[in-house]
Amino acid sequence: MSWKDDWRRVRAIAWKDLTTERRSKAGFNGVVALGVTILVLFGFALGPDTQAIRDAAAGVLWLAALFSAVLAFNRSYQVELESGALEPLLLYPGARWTIFSGKLLANLAFVGLMLVIVVMVGIVLFQVTVPAGWPALLGVLALGAVGIVALGTFYAAMASRSRAREVLLPLLLFPMLVPVLLAAIEASRALLAGDVMHEAGAWVKLLVAYDVIFLVVTHLAFEHVIEA
Amino acid sequence: MVSREPPSSWDPPRQGRWPWFGAFAFLFLVASQTVAIVTSPPDRDMGDLEKILYVHVPAAWIMSLTFAVVMFYSLRYLWKGRETDDLAAASAAEVGTLFNGLTLLLGMLWGKPAWGVWWAWDARLTSTLVLFLIFVGYLSLRAFVDEPERRAQWSAAVGILGAINVPIVYMSVRWWRTLHQVQSSPDTVAGIYVLSLRANAFAFLFVMIYLVRRRYEAACLDRAADHAEQDAALGGR
Repeated sequence: MSWKDDWRRVRAIAWKDLTTERRSKAGFNGVVALGVTILVLFGFALGPDTQAIRDAAAGVLWLAALFSAVLAFNRSYQVELESGALEPLLLYPGARWTIFSGKLLANLAFVGLMLVIVVMVGIVLFQVTVPAGWPALLGVLALGAVGIVALGTFYAAMASRSRAREVLLPLLLFPMLVPVLLAAIEASRALLAGDVMHEAGAWVKLLVAYDVIFLVVTHLAFEHVIEA
Repeated sequence: MVSREPPSSWDPPRQGRWPWFGAFAFLFLVASQTVAIVTSPPDRDMGDLEKILYVHVPAAWIMSLTFAVVMFYSLRYLWKGRETDDLAAASAAEVGTLFNGLTLLLGMLWGKPAWGVWWAWDARLTSTLVLFLIFVGYLSLRAFVDEPERRAQWSAAVGILGAINVPIVYMSVRWWRTLHQVQSSPDTVAGIYVLSLRANAFAFLFVMIYLVRRRYEAACLDRAADHAEQDAALGGR
């Protein structure tokens, strides 16, 4: 029992989840299509004024990503629940947190890829000029995704096994994500504007702190949640 | 009809002298409110508007205290696994959400005449609202999950994560505001108002204890009924 065994378990779970997603593809395509649809709807809501759309782009992109990511989180347990595979999974020897880590990694890959596509479409639709410091923007995307996915994967473990999971997951998740969304949106907005005020740094620090705290807490709490 | 004794932890807690305590709590509240409203001089800037201080501020204080109680019982539930701790946490969460809603509502009633708006996106207001939403989620989770042990484990986890998030939400919203504009805050309170404020804080505390206790009794009776029903279904009694 060493960290190598744990790591092998994490990889196996992540690989299993990603393989099922890759083979069906319908799930991923659906989630990406939803993200793009939400972008279009926001475009209508914010009106034909190009500058207004451009100013709101950072917030709109993150909200579109969040709304479509929520669908991915429930899906990540659904396949196992429907085929009764969750109990056998829990019976395997080894620490429970590895199940959570594996699912988290798979969701991160899923949401990360979705985020990249949605952001690229958003840049085109909202006529955003890509700033010179775009690698920093990629970092913000990654940090924001980690925060959203950590809590999303955690709450979905409960919501997907309750009645009314469609309502419960966003109801539990969205208020918890306020800091991560705020930080991600503000950092992206600052970076898109060239970060003349040097605001982005503070928000990135908050993102990092949030990610670390909730990665640790969700890993600790997962055992209580999955056993019940 | 000889009924089998339920497990000892399922003796529903007795009412005892709690109704008397409740009567005392509400009388004390009425008295301290009356004294506060009659004796406090109108504020220089706000006039009689300051009298909302005696309900809004105690509600906010007791709300925080009640959520600390939720945190305490949730942690103890995860540690010891006693079902009564879960029920106590749930009762405190219900009452805390009530005080939270009251705080928001009273704050808005004050904000309209004082600031000219019902709502401002300031750090305290926004984080109080987010806290309210987190605990609405907590209570919905309890409503949507029927299996008692699962409900207990999950709501303990949700309660603890929610509590951890409160300072982070507060900080993030404060940064968000201060990067744009500074929100004016109510001035520090003059000595003449402090005694009444403290008395009212105690009144709210007593009311809170009474409400949590009664909700806890009700929750225990509910579970005792479940246990009895189970026993009957299994052919016992």
